[in-house]
Amino acid sequence: MTRYLLAVDFQSGPDDTPMEQWQPEEVTAHLDYYRALYAELEASGELVDHTILTGPDLAKVVTSDGTRSVVTDGPFQEIKEWVAGFQIVDVETEERALEIAARVSAVPGRGGVPTQQPIQVRRVMDEGPADAAAMDDFLATVTHDHH
Amino acid sequence: MTDADHEVEDLLRTLAPQVLGALARRTGDFDASEDAVQEALIVAADRWPRDGIPERPRGWLLQTAQRKLVDHWRSDDARRRRERLTTAREVVGGPEVVNHDDTLTVLLLCCHPALTPASAIALTLRAVGGLTTAQVASAFLVPEATMAQRISRAKATIRAAGATFEEPGAEELPQRVRSVLRVLYLVFNEGYAASSGEGVHRTDLTDEAIRLTRAAHRLLPAEPEVTSLLALMLLTDARRSARTTPAGDLVPLAEQDRRLWDRDKIREGTALLDGTLGAGRGFIGEYQVQAAIAAVHDRAEKAAATDWPQVLALQGMLEDLTANPLVTLSRAVATANVHGPEAGLAVLDGLGERLDGSHRFDAVRAHLLELAGCDEEAAAAYRKAAARATNLQEQRHLSARAALAAHRAPAPRLDRVAHRTD
Repeated sequence: MTRYLLAVDFQSGPDDTPMEQWQPEEVTAHLDYYRALYAELEASGELVDHTILTGPDLAKVVTSDGTRSVVTDGPFQEIKEWVAGFQIVDVETEERALEIAARVSAVPGRGGVPTQQPIQVRRVMDEGPADAAAMDDFLATVTHDHH
Repeated sequence: MTDADHEVEDLLRTLAPQVLGALARRTGDFDASEDAVQEALIVAADRWPRDGIPERPRGWLLQTAQRKLVDHWRSDDARRRRERLTTAREVVGGPEVVNHDDTLTVLLLCCHPALTPASAIALTLRAVGGLTTAQVASAFLVPEATMAQRISRAKATIRAAGATFEEPGAEELPQRVRSVLRVLYLVFNEGYAASSGEGVHRTDLTDEAIRLTRAAHRLLPAEPEVTSLLALMLLTDARRSARTTPAGDLVPLAEQDRRLWDRDKIREGTALLDGTLGAGRGFIGEYQVQAAIAAVHDRAEKAAATDWPQVLALQGMLEDLTANPLVTLSRAVATANVHGPEAGLAVLDGLGERLDGSHRFDAVRAHLLELAGCDEEAAAAYRKAAARATNLQEQRHLSARAALAAHRAPAPRLDRVAHRTD
């Protein structure tokens, strides 16, 4: 099994009407879709986590040189590509991760039309190799300085 | 955990598949029996350390599991209930005979070929290994509810495949044993991989795989591939403490402190492997050859003493058996050690496409280029490998190798310097 992070940012699909301006039943349909999807992914044993982040209005940016830190408050200029939320799934194949991402992108928006928001599919780094023999070979392969 | 807790846990985990086997055989309902045994184990794990182990622990567990099963059936719908209660009365009233050890039947069913590896692993760890759902979930870093679903689905898949709680016939057995070996090997891999890094809480899986493979070996002593898999695990696990630094960085085989290798495991693994070779009849198996390769490394008192011609010959055999391009990749390394880096690089010709962009191909290529003294090309190949690596230790290691090779390479050309400063 391989873990993938499916992340969504603040780039809209073709219809950029913010959710606050949707009809209440459109919002309900949107949330119900997610609820059903998560129930399905939990039942299939693939859902690890899902999270929605607060908006950029509450965000701060921190930099530090090790002694002094600088905290920047909003409003920020380039927020379109900031992470808005994510799911982590643990799946058999990359194809399956792409399939789930497509389901997320197809979540209904205004008028029940799929929002088509872009979903980033990112493989999570494993803590170790998937195969002991391969790991052994790897360790037999890489040696330190030969020169 | 106290000693009493450990004693209870060891006992429970040995009894788990036996009790499940007995209950599933009596009721014919493997799925519900498995849930019931899981519940009984949880009760026992809570009570026994406090109240002491009952006089007949197996009988106690079986009885508790039976009660749980009957409770479950009572809560079932009315029509099913009528059928079930007839069986239930027979079960509860029946004499308590648990002489027959059904562990093997349980193991074969949990590793049913209809299951995906991930579901077979989860089910095997719970039903045969006697681990709780929470333990299995934490071993695979997923929420408990997710793991519980995976296990339920696995049991539903077995049912849908028409498999029942019976020992497979003689003609079916070899294929079913192969599935078991594959699952045990994967459990070992999970633990082996995790023990090399931040996932220290996962190391238990290596021991669990060895424990289960020992059980399989006890039940199938005449199957050379079962013996070989146990040998492979022991010969590989023997190097565990030398394989990583305390900080979790990888230590290449050539640089491992061989005094840290576990001599007892090496001795046991070697003896098991020799047993399969002595069995004769010209048997050659995949796990046997892998174990033999591990044994060659374990025998060498220092890296320079490694019998590389022997490794090369064995890898040739393994390649014939598996036709796996990753084995060809290993053969390239052995070839380089026997006939020089250029010969190793020649083995890599055309292999890149078969490995479809795997970072391991670039890692090996980089290493062989480095041995051939082509530092600049080696650095580029290491960087390419690091960019595609999917696990943290390898990625760190490859990045460090790239930096070292680049450092040794001739001074960068002017155009590259200009490019870098922008």
